[in-house]
Amino acid sequence: MWPTVRLQRLHVYALLFLVAGMWLTVGVSARFPAEETTTLTFGIGRTAPKVALPVGRTLLAVGVYYVVSGLLGLAGRRFVRPATWAMIFGGLLIFPTVLVAAAAGKQTNVLTMLNESLRLGTPIALGAIAGIWCERSGVINIAIEGMMLAGACFGFTTFFFLGERLPANQALFISVLVAVITGGLMALLHGVLSITFRTDQIVSGTVINILAIGVTSFVRREYLLSTRAGRVTLPSIEIPLLSDLPVVGPVLFNNKPIFYSMFLLVIVTHVVLFYTRWGLRTRAVGEHPRAADTVGIDVIRVRYINVFISGLIAGLGGAWFSLETVGGFDDLMTNGKGFIALAAMIFGKWTPLGGLGGAMLFGFSEALGTRFQILGIPLPSQFLQIVPYVVTMVVLAGLVGRAIPPAAIGQPYEKQS
Amino acid sequence: MADRVVAETPQPAKPPPGSLLAAWDRVAPATVPFFAVFTALLIGAGIIRFAGASPLVAYRALWEGSFGTPAALANTLVKSTPYIIAGLAVALGFKAGLFNIGAEGQLYAGGVLAVLVGFHPAFAGLPPLLHVPLAVLAGALGGMIWGAIPGILKARTGAHEVINTIMMNFIAIRLTDWLIKSKDPLILLDPSASTPRTPYIAPSAALPRLLDTPLHAGLVLALVLVLGVRWLLYRTTVGFELRTVGANPNAARYAGMNVSRTIVLAMALSGALAGMAGAGEVLGGQGYLSPDFFAGIGFDSIAVALLARSSPVGMIPAGILWGALLNGAGLMQIRADLSIDLIKIVQALIIMFVAADQIVRWLYRIRVAPPTEEAVFSRGWGR
Repeated sequence: MWPTVRLQRLHVYALLFLVAGMWLTVGVSARFPAEETTTLTFGIGRTAPKVALPVGRTLLAVGVYYVVSGLLGLAGRRFVRPATWAMIFGGLLIFPTVLVAAAAGKQTNVLTMLNESLRLGTPIALGAIAGIWCERSGVINIAIEGMMLAGACFGFTTFFFLGERLPANQALFISVLVAVITGGLMALLHGVLSITFRTDQIVSGTVINILAIGVTSFVRREYLLSTRAGRVTLPSIEIPLLSDLPVVGPVLFNNKPIFYSMFLLVIVTHVVLFYTRWGLRTRAVGEHPRAADTVGIDVIRVRYINVFISGLIAGLGGAWFSLETVGGFDDLMTNGKGFIALAAMIFGKWTPLGGLGGAMLFGFSEALGTRFQILGIPLPSQFLQIVPYVVTMVVLAGLVGRAIPPAAIGQPYEKQS
Repeated sequence: MADRVVAETPQPAKPPPGSLLAAWDRVAPATVPFFAVFTALLIGAGIIRFAGASPLVAYRALWEGSFGTPAALANTLVKSTPYIIAGLAVALGFKAGLFNIGAEGQLYAGGVLAVLVGFHPAFAGLPPLLHVPLAVLAGALGGMIWGAIPGILKARTGAHEVINTIMMNFIAIRLTDWLIKSKDPLILLDPSASTPRTPYIAPSAALPRLLDTPLHAGLVLALVLVLGVRWLLYRTTVGFELRTVGANPNAARYAGMNVSRTIVLAMALSGALAGMAGAGEVLGGQGYLSPDFFAGIGFDSIAVALLARSSPVGMIPAGILWGALLNGAGLMQIRADLSIDLIKIVQALIIMFVAADQIVRWLYRIRVAPPTEEAVFSRGWGR
């Protein structure tokens, strides 16, 4: 039954692409005067390469591409694969197309945009990786938001008290460490509740989220209200050699430490999860704990350690807010990013690289929002903020491939005697 | 999934039937919430000490601020009303094995439609007897739509309702923000107001006050809904199907029940209840809607539902406790010089101990309740 459903779904998409393509070619592209261009610059300064794209023709080209991929989708069974890929690429094309159309007659910096997307995607990617560690071992973690919030709060609190006694960089380093450990401790609470006491994992996560909101706003109101000095954040680090690269160097390799560590963690998580003994054990525990137990893996221990690591990473994500970006702590400053991270994780089908991709998608839609405001485009910013949530629901509904979670997720484990 | 392991704790020998101990064993499980509240307050006292204030002064102020005077009591009841109704919404979901985290979004969806019916010129001039129910029903409709969408997605595609309701929350909050703040086109904004909010509702749409106090008819609505939900769950076929699907969807399917339809129905009803909670707040309280009007009521209602152990009648004391803690916090802040956020910590601890009742059982040596029908929430994310 599944293949027929899939084929029908492909047809629906193909029709959508066809309609969108026709709309672009016939309706929209003609509205822009032939001589109007969007200048895309790559990098900063006068020497930066520039490309001037005629808006009308660009939209026409994209429209034709959409029509072709739509027709390919309707062409029949033999073209399912190429049509799928054509449509995935077409979906990605939406973003640059929107940018070109939005910036008509002006110029916009592509690399800055890319950098902004990566930067704004950082906490989401960290949260997604945190979720992967936890959920791959069979423990649902909807408390990423709370762990991040607690990390952000206690990290900054540490800096608040240490900042005047130690050199700024030392104090910042210790503060980030505290943020990381705070996240880990919150995760241990999740572990105690859901692994040891076998509380429902979603309830346990909800408890931690509410607890984090209460504790952090209490700490802020009691201790952090007298804002001293200016807002200090983690310093940017230029990576030698790489930052000297033409065009990309100054933009991508002159960033802040948590930004870099996010990429490092994605790679480390990927390697650990798929190429080490620990990763294999983690996945075994997440898929079939009873079988893992039979071959001598300590299910409870594996779960505890994974949940703890998950919290550490979420705590680092929290530090991104208070110590790397803002230099202060506000109530609810994580602003739902922990939940979007969860969405990115599902979007990436519980893989680190996929999670990174999802995070970047959401980072881009956020960056696009700010860019729209700069360019003065009258689209309400709330609509762009809604995009990630809608995308998540669409993905989860299985409209874009299936998202299959680890099999044993959500089930407490009890050793049989 | 079916072989989910039920927690087994070693039990001491059973006391002889008819003895006082046996009677205690029967009552004891019901005392868990009390002990949970007690333990949470105890830890709260530790935090108050740590913050350099006197727990005695703080808790006395908390009591006086919530129940000490008739006026305080009335305010507590007003504060409790939305928690009772929204708690019912979450509990109804629990009974059907669904975790509706989306009460917050459903409150906004309900609030928007209720305020629209409340102030829109098209409904002006209606007698209160017609206008009030119409506005409340509009709220129910808004919440129902917002709740039914994740329900349909779950029934159709198996997408987990937890993620979808969280996403629907954010969508509702952003949409409400836009509807209220948008100046071009002007939708719900009152251009003459200094802060972004909707126009005031017509007096004919306002819930009537009770006895010249801050109390309004929302409380009556809450009590009626409590009885209504209890009747629905335990006295009707729909309720029986709902609970059966919650306890064991496979058994329900074998018995010939339409599981998909029941899931959609449960989410729609749950959403409708939350929407009515939103309508009640808008029509009975300020009389307008602003972007952060419900700040957290929907999320807290999950806690209230857990505290009441999903019992409709239990929602009344649980909701009142919640309202009392919030209402008394103000006086506590003044008298003991403590941030009102302390109350949020105490609330979080209460749910923690209620949810992880094994901790409380272990602390106070309470036996495990005999196994009853109990919905299992965590069935994983996907399908």
